[in-house]
Amino acid sequence: MVLAPLAVLVPAGMACLFAALSPFISRRPGPISTAAAVATLALCALLLGRTGERIVVWFGGWEPRHGVALGIDFAPDGIGAGLALLVAVLGVAALAMAAHLIAEEDVLFGALTLVFLAAMIGFCLTGDLFNLFVFFELMSVAAYVLVGYEVRQRAPLEGSLTFAITNTVGSILLLFGIGLLYGRTGALNLAQMGHALAAGPADVLVVVAFALVAGGLLVKAAVVPFHLWTADAYSVAPTPVCILLAGAFSELGLYGLARVYWTVFHGALGPHEAELRAILVGAGVLTGLVGAVMCAAQHHLKRMLAFATIAQVGLFLIGLGLLGTDGVAGTAVWLVADGLVKASLFGCVAMVQHRYDAIEEGELHGRARALWPVGVLFTLDALLIASLPPSGSFLGHSLVEDAALKEPGYRWVPAVLLLVCGLVGGTLLRAAGRVFLGLGRPAPRDADGDEVGEEDTQRERGGQRGRPSVWLWGPSLVLLVGSIVWGVLPGVRAAVARAAAGFTDTAGYAREVLGDAPLHPVAPELHAPGVTAVLYAAGSLALALTVAAATLGRTDTLPRPVTRAVGGLRALHSGHPGDYVAWAVAGVAVLGGLFAVLLT
Amino acid sequence: MSVLPYLVAVWLLAVGLYGVATSRHLVHLVICLSVAQASTYVLLLGVGYRFPGRAPVFADLPPGTSVVDPVVQALTLTDVVVEATVTAVLLALTMRVQRRFGTVDPDQLGALRG
Amino acid sequence: MSTGARRALVVAGLAGLGLLAVWAVTGLPDFGHPIGRYGVLAPQVALAKRHVTDAVGGVTFDLRGLDTLGEELILFCAAVGATVLLRAERPGEEEATEESQRVPPRPAGALRALGAGLGGPLLVLGAYVVVHGHLTPGGGFQGGVILAAAVLLVYAAGQLIGLEHVRATTLVELAEAIGAAAFVIVAVGGLVFATAAMANFLPFGTSGSLLSGGTIPVLNIAVGVEVAAGITLILTELLGRALFDDREEDS
Repeated sequence: MVLAPLAVLVPAGMACLFAALSPFISRRPGPISTAAAVATLALCALLLGRTGERIVVWFGGWEPRHGVALGIDFAPDGIGAGLALLVAVLGVAALAMAAHLIAEEDVLFGALTLVFLAAMIGFCLTGDLFNLFVFFELMSVAAYVLVGYEVRQRAPLEGSLTFAITNTVGSILLLFGIGLLYGRTGALNLAQMGHALAAGPADVLVVVAFALVAGGLLVKAAVVPFHLWTADAYSVAPTPVCILLAGAFSELGLYGLARVYWTVFHGALGPHEAELRAILVGAGVLTGLVGAVMCAAQHHLKRMLAFATIAQVGLFLIGLGLLGTDGVAGTAVWLVADGLVKASLFGCVAMVQHRYDAIEEGELHGRARALWPVGVLFTLDALLIASLPPSGSFLGHSLVEDAALKEPGYRWVPAVLLLVCGLVGGTLLRAAGRVFLGLGRPAPRDADGDEVGEEDTQRERGGQRGRPSVWLWGPSLVLLVGSIVWGVLPGVRAAVARAAAGFTDTAGYAREVLGDAPLHPVAPELHAPGVTAVLYAAGSLALALTVAAATLGRTDTLPRPVTRAVGGLRALHSGHPGDYVAWAVAGVAVLGGLFAVLLT
Repeated sequence: MSVLPYLVAVWLLAVGLYGVATSRHLVHLVICLSVAQASTYVLLLGVGYRFPGRAPVFADLPPGTSVVDPVVQALTLTDVVVEATVTAVLLALTMRVQRRFGTVDPDQLGALRG
Repeated sequence: MSTGARRALVVAGLAGLGLLAVWAVTGLPDFGHPIGRYGVLAPQVALAKRHVTDAVGGVTFDLRGLDTLGEELILFCAAVGATVLLRAERPGEEEATEESQRVPPRPAGALRALGAGLGGPLLVLGAYVVVHGHLTPGGGFQGGVILAAAVLLVYAAGQLIGLEHVRATTLVELAEAIGAAAFVIVAVGGLVFATAAMANFLPFGTSGSLLSGGTIPVLNIAVGVEVAAGITLILTELLGRALFDDREEDS
């Protein structure tokens, strides 16, 4: 009753407090922001412990009357509370590293990050569509400022600008969809809207509203073709911000889409599930492949990680797009595991950049031999992304494969998963080999001039010769270990299965929120990873090692048409905000058209 | 024409987004974003209007009179504040761009490629 | 992408999107006849339960108070953001002394007289709108913007605002953070003094009087302070800190 609101109010209140004190604090404030984040972590952990069943909290005490929701509610279930906990964990890691990485860090950075955390936690817990939009916007505005925080360099301006413009267009589309839905249903509460839509016809309005809402959320989730802002923003943001962006921000976009679908649209669009499944899985496959290919073509470490994130988002969308409880469970496990791994990767990259003041593979070739422990961490992370058993990534990967194999007509999905994981893992291994061991030939300079990282590299706090501080490698190590432990903890599969069953239970959600006795949906049986899973994981690891070996050896081996195609794809990521907006609009139009044709 | 207000909203959205995509000046781009956002205000307020259209202020109306929907007005208020703040952040970034590069033409800003 | 290709892409996209949107809005209920009971119940409940006559204020600060908290925090982020993003703009030592020695041209007498004459009434109007938000149209956000306009008016009329013993910008930053914190504290107060966060735990009074609506006037004032300070801060940063006379009090 008390925990859910406090999980949002505590970080928000502390942020205001820090901002009030900022004119009076001249010393570096590091620990107090981290302490506030730890407090938030504790609240989220306690909340997760309570959400065996769904908790419903009405703000202001405004309980619904006669099935009409008057106030705003938080309705955390296992998945929502679990994601809130992931956000809090990443927040602690980010703030712990920030003190040592950001040259001009002051209380305001801590305040903004705490507001960012509060917004993301609120987004995970809420049960009201407009409240979801408000937290979505709060997340976005905090992110715009945080990405542009180190504003003295040239590139952060562009990354922050294109990020802000593209995401604002996404939020306008989302709000337009909300307006249409309010007009049709007269309600803003997710459960009540679902009720109202299920009772009426699923006509063009419903479908177009879904396309607009999905479009807005997919911009944040960085699904193709809405993903163009991602690499620019990640490559210029300070590392603690990248941790939060990569590990939580995009994943929350997918969470929002899944939550809105299962509570609002599932009743109305249920009869057309097969067509919707095809569209979503198709989008996921496209995103995964584009992300993997672009990742392999990068030589800037942060852009490489950005495209790795996009590729993974594609795989998560495949898992969610299968529109089944197993898929949701598998994606939840995988998402948490990979969020932790990516945060660890960004931590490693930050340590290298901090020490050598460079971020391109070519400039760093062989220079980081002294930081070989960081190299070990980096390599382990890369192997985890390629589903090294036993780990959270391996478990999640296998659960999604099982879900796909159960669905007739989707037996080819595990092959795509293998391909993407292998390609991304291989690229990261290649980077590790070049940077930490000096293997192979140095990477070429990009002809297009990735000028980020030249003279103006982020001057993250200067000159720490010698070993990186424990506050830098500690979080990376802890996150890596956490990701492995997550996969082997007993009881994880059962708990996530239960949570996923509650998540996809539209009728149960409506009953619990609008005041009836809870139903108890049947949790699916999730099998431990079996032989098939191990075989697929072995395949993906083998692919990763092959890709790494092949690309380390020679750099110009690809045939001409492939290089030209990849070059064309890279040219589309032009850094021009007008291009990004044009692609986003076209993407929403295509999505809406497909929905209108196939789902009415 | 009982759909006219909604058609106005769709038009504003289209025009605003066209402006954003084809703009040659960052301040113009930010204003076009405001225009696109204004389409959501029109849509929300249009959806909530109820004939005979009394304002939802009971200082001079007897309780129980039929008034327009105050919920959409609250939503629009939130929306306006959000748009104003995003505009402020974007304009601050634009000022930095102008200082640093000497130009505000998106076509000429090109540090990030590929 | 070339300009032509981009234009073609966006026109094609907007044509498709526009067509779909037009088709969708024909499915909305007729203009003027909304369906759904939320919009009907909300003003009745706000009046009956909270004794506020301005239903919009009741919805904003009580029924959907959490949205307003989020909105306030967005403004807070933007004000902090303007400070952070533009702080590198501030001139270094030599430029600052040079600026202080440059005498700006005196604005016209009529402008200065109007500014002096209207400044006071604007402040009163802003305060009135903030405080009466639960009775008549207005409230924290609207009144806060009017208060910020009063500050801008003083600047436009050629005066700078300076204070002894404390920097004006520090005061504004403090006010903004305190306004935001006050909102959060009242929200937590709902948890402490009543059963739910954001519960309205002060007495409701009789409708139509100034002290009605429980926590709603308190939240209005908190928001008014925060918005006034936030907008002033944003304007200060965008105008290059020219609103305040910050040069002398670094003692």
